[in-house]
Amino acid sequence: MEIDPFIFRLSIFVLSIFVGYYVVWSVTPSLHTPLMSVTNAISSVIIVGAIVAASSLSSDVGFELYNMFGLAAIVLAAINIFGGFLVTQRMLKMYKKKKKVK
Amino acid sequence: MTPNLAASLYLISGVLFILALRGLSSPETSRQGNFFGILGMALAITVTFLSVDILFSGFIFIICALAIGGSIGAIIAHKISMTAMPQLVAGFHSLVGLAAVLVALSAFYNPEAFGLGTFNNIKTASLIEMSIGTSIGAITFTGSVIAFSKLQGLMSSAAITFKGQHFINLLIGIGIVSLITYITINQNSHIFWLLIISSFLVGVLLIIPIGGADMPVVISMLNSYSGWAAAGIGFTLENTALIITGALVGSSGAILSYIMCKGMNRSFFSVILGGFGGTDSALQKNKDRKPVKSGNAEDAAFLMKNASSVIIVPGYGMAVAQAQHVLREMADNLKKHGVKVSYAVHPVAGRMPGHMNVLLAEANVPYDEVFEQENINSDFANTDVAFVIGANDVTNPVAKTDPQSPIYGMPILDVEKAKSILFVKRSLSPGYAGIDNELFYRDNTLMLFEDAKKMTEEIVKNLD
Repeated sequence: MEIDPFIFRLSIFVLSIFVGYYVVWSVTPSLHTPLMSVTNAISSVIIVGAIVAASSLSSDVGFELYNMFGLAAIVLAAINIFGGFLVTQRMLKMYKKKKKVK
Repeated sequence: MTPNLAASLYLISGVLFILALRGLSSPETSRQGNFFGILGMALAITVTFLSVDILFSGFIFIICALAIGGSIGAIIAHKISMTAMPQLVAGFHSLVGLAAVLVALSAFYNPEAFGLGTFNNIKTASLIEMSIGTSIGAITFTGSVIAFSKLQGLMSSAAITFKGQHFINLLIGIGIVSLITYITINQNSHIFWLLIISSFLVGVLLIIPIGGADMPVVISMLNSYSGWAAAGIGFTLENTALIITGALVGSSGAILSYIMCKGMNRSFFSVILGGFGGTDSALQKNKDRKPVKSGNAEDAAFLMKNASSVIIVPGYGMAVAQAQHVLREMADNLKKHGVKVSYAVHPVAGRMPGHMNVLLAEANVPYDEVFEQENINSDFANTDVAFVIGANDVTNPVAKTDPQSPIYGMPILDVEKAKSILFVKRSLSPGYAGIDNELFYRDNTLMLFEDAKKMTEEIVKNLD
């Protein structure tokens, strides 16, 4: 009997949880706020689903409700992607080391 | 693009996201990490564009949607103040949740586009994944909206509780499970909407009983939920990048919730069940007011100038008063007098994990002068002055001595061991936990009753 592809995805999922567990524990506590904003940004990779939803436009019928859902989801995810990465960058720029002069 | 190539590229983008989080293990590598994240996102979006059959008109609409969302996001990221980070993150979580719901709805009405079967004839496994993802997404959405409103002050941050609350939650929870079961048997779009609406309701009911003091846990928890929602949709769309990311974000949020709970000495369940942060716990044990020594900026400046080491303990009160910049000025001034200055940050010192560190970094405090609790606690005993500004409960020694105290067992900063203690505080009022701090009445404590910013400015003047 062939293995259901679902099992492969489940394996990826479970292993990623473990990767996430160890990677996140190694994040220094002083960067926990940037961690939250960057996880916010990357979870918006859900935009790939939104693009598929919006692009399934049929030329004869024009826009369907599900295309609108897709487009709305693209706007929301894009806010998150740009907002999340940029605010993270802004925060990380502020972290400076002690100057050794004087 | 062939599906196999697309899937391999999605995998690479998932790996780039892992590297993005890995980069945050130290400030030096963090910017590179963020760059990996951006790269991973760009790759995922490009691959998607190349693998869909798309009409030119549709492409234009999508680019417009991207541009609109992107500009809004960029403007927000540019304008937001660092004190407002908690509400910003809560707001962003709500968007992820809503996007998950919208994508699922779209997949429900048009499963052909995603290769899930046809309308009213979707594969059972996909339906289950879709319903779970939608439900978590919807809970994340309304929950984050409530958290946002509480943090932004649009609604009272006090816990809202009523009789039978947990029973109602349980009932709706059972309802959601039954609805999901029903959907898998009978693909009815009305039921799908009903599922979304009841999940919206749960999101609201779940967050309103949680008080303002527990917000760090709530934000981390919603972070986790947004990840699980993304993973659920990832299973539906059979997209590796989304599954990996969802798992990463889900576990990241869960770990942060755990760290926050530990920092406040609260069990996760007691936070979820809510009710904390109200006023009813403010039962004062020692009604007889012992005498306190209060001083002025001059005394404080004299004391610190002549010290050889000072540890600054900032709390949320400091952030509210926007005193971080003048505080750094004070520290610079002290350093000129040859005083060794460091900062001690408690895990729950802000309104979200790591919030205080960002605020200090914004005020140009070098990150190697800022220490976590476990790294600095042993230094207090060899320190001349502990300067506590806007913090209270996290310094209270009853957490170690009095098993009856609500904060007993909470990890605290050992401020009491310093030779002298300065407290900048408006009054003797208790902190969030509603308990008196015996440190106020010690002989080596000097209370500075004033707004944090004003007092620090005064001290700076007196140091010159």
